[in-house]
Amino acid sequence: MADLLEEIAHERDAADPTIGDTEIQNYTINFGPQHPAAHGVLRMVMELDGEIVERIDCHVGLLHRGTEKLIEYKTYLQALPYFDRLDYCSPLCMEHSYVLAIEKLLDLEVPLRAQYLRVLFAELTRISNHMLNIGSHVMDVGAMTPNLWVFELREDCMNFFERVSGARMHSAWFRPGGVHQDAPLKLLADIGDWVDTRLPKLFGDAMSLVIDNRIFKQRNVDIAVVSKDDAVRWGFSGPMLRGSGIAWDLRKSQPYDVYDRMEFEVPVGTRGDCYDRFMVRVEEVYQSAKIIKQCLAEMPDGPIASLDRKVVPPKRAEMKQSMEALIHHFKLYTEGFHVPAGEVYVATESPKGEFGVYLIADGSNKPYRCKIRPTAFSHLQAMDFMTRGHMLADATAILGAIDVVFGECDR
Amino acid sequence: MASPAPKFAPNDGILDTLVGALGDAVRSSKEAVGEIALTVDRDSLVATLTTLRDNHAYQQLMEIAGVDYPSRPDRFEVVYCLLSLTKNHRIRVHVTTDEDSPVPSVTGLWPNAGWLEREVFDMYGVLFAGNTDLRRILTDYGFKGHPQRKDFPLTGYVELRYSETEKRVAYQPVELAQDFRTFDFQSPWEGAEYVLPGDEKAPQEPGAPSPIKSDKAADAKASESDAKAPPPTPKTTDNASQTGAGKATDKKAAKPVDDVDKALKTKPASKKPAPKKPAAKRKPAAKPKKEG
Repeated sequence: MADLLEEIAHERDAADPTIGDTEIQNYTINFGPQHPAAHGVLRMVMELDGEIVERIDCHVGLLHRGTEKLIEYKTYLQALPYFDRLDYCSPLCMEHSYVLAIEKLLDLEVPLRAQYLRVLFAELTRISNHMLNIGSHVMDVGAMTPNLWVFELREDCMNFFERVSGARMHSAWFRPGGVHQDAPLKLLADIGDWVDTRLPKLFGDAMSLVIDNRIFKQRNVDIAVVSKDDAVRWGFSGPMLRGSGIAWDLRKSQPYDVYDRMEFEVPVGTRGDCYDRFMVRVEEVYQSAKIIKQCLAEMPDGPIASLDRKVVPPKRAEMKQSMEALIHHFKLYTEGFHVPAGEVYVATESPKGEFGVYLIADGSNKPYRCKIRPTAFSHLQAMDFMTRGHMLADATAILGAIDVVFGECDR
Repeated sequence: MASPAPKFAPNDGILDTLVGALGDAVRSSKEAVGEIALTVDRDSLVATLTTLRDNHAYQQLMEIAGVDYPSRPDRFEVVYCLLSLTKNHRIRVHVTTDEDSPVPSVTGLWPNAGWLEREVFDMYGVLFAGNTDLRRILTDYGFKGHPQRKDFPLTGYVELRYSETEKRVAYQPVELAQDFRTFDFQSPWEGAEYVLPGDEKAPQEPGAPSPIKSDKAADAKASESDAKAPPPTPKTTDNASQTGAGKATDKKAAKPVDDVDKALKTKPASKKPAPKKPAAKRKPAAKPKKEG
């Protein structure tokens, strides 16, 4: 045994290889396209030196469905449901950018109640999205229980979406000019109860298992540190940017709908590592809850969509009485409304970062071009530079902290 | 602005400042729908964006979008959406190009431009000089064509399925059960130009004026509300002479006719079927009108 140890100590010296040593080459492995920790269909070609990642080449586009091309062939209203299918973890926030872009081109006023309802449900979507991300991030680095608990909350959110729009995921509830249907009073009361009692308790319990957990910290602290400069250069946004210590939130700096009436704080990280990004999201859940409470307290009565009948269809009851309403309804659901020619880039703060829609209208009833700015594109692109020098197992933590969803990345 | 779209810092004077600072590189500039757009020379793109980033604090490149205008000589437009975190402002920088002339890459300025340029290349076939990794990104391995071009059909050219005989995914030309249908919803008397086949050289009547631009939408709305202002003397119908109705009928006319009522009452309703009218002779089908 002693001989063997001596042999290893002397002869297995990488700087001075002797006969009998085998030279180890870097090897390349495929991470994905079907890997549970890849959060979808991501193929990463990883070049490894032992267990250290030297280079990553991300292959995206395995979920490319040609959404932008399809939108060019649909009327403005028909194109809306495609946005639910982009980031299917936060569908309403995807619709938000699109309807705001149309409203900007039309210069359309939206009733206050509709704006409050949109903000309320955008924040509920944010909570639902963060529940998924926090849960799966925690599970990627080895914990099982918190994921099951936060998915309970996600299920509650889904039930709220179902009660307001009829669909758990693909709601298509935000419409140009407002929202599709009013939220029943009982639903708003239930959301209020949920935010007051169930959310803080269950979420607090789940996070108490994780936040100070030694293993969780070992897997996340000081992993993929991104400096402020790098975060700006790589086009980061959302929790990725805030995790690096830049207090930038489009809800605060470029408020849309009634976000300028809301009081909330923007959490920022101090070190710019995976743990900070995670904690930014955890705090954002509490801030979202705060916004939801304000919405419920302040929401006025009134119409839930613009009364401009050239954009928003009339109610069914009105159609039974009024010929004009019937004509409007028919025209809006066959031809759709025409949007005056112009170009806008409208970006909102989706749970994952800046989600933008660059919409070119040519005066017809269909968008001439609708470019979607996914959040994941710039984040995933930085995967190579963030992961370089880390261990293979850290790649999952980094990917979890990016919060990537491929419906949106690949479009 | 009436719409609840995101409000960034006001555009006051920024356009003039930027046009002054960039000088000859700017081909055209406009401020529409509350957004500033500069069209710059392709060759001076990198210099322009460097100036914007370093001297005017547009630190982040959020998006590179391609647009295809097949009717223009330089058919593609590449749009750079910039964001200033310190000034809280957004601008767009446009360059134009065609299939062959490359656009200088900005990967040296922003590393995230790499994938964004790859996407524009993939979707439109725009070349970027200086991008060292200009591969396809979103489409399939081995894909041919550039799908976002306006002349690329929505249905594509190939479809794939799992072939049970070959035990692999096989590509084959796309087969449509029915022709792809698309409707433009334009009315023929409001600007649509339908050219009949073989009639291309016939002179076209000028169409209706183009729809209002979005920057004029507010003005148009204002004038619309002027037009709807109520007339000075409101229209009322207080008495019969204003309604245009005739005199009320006299009592005799209003009296019910007894014998008709009796006849109706005594008539057995269900026992006897009403005598069938002889079916009207079918008219010969109307002759198709000749178009004048």
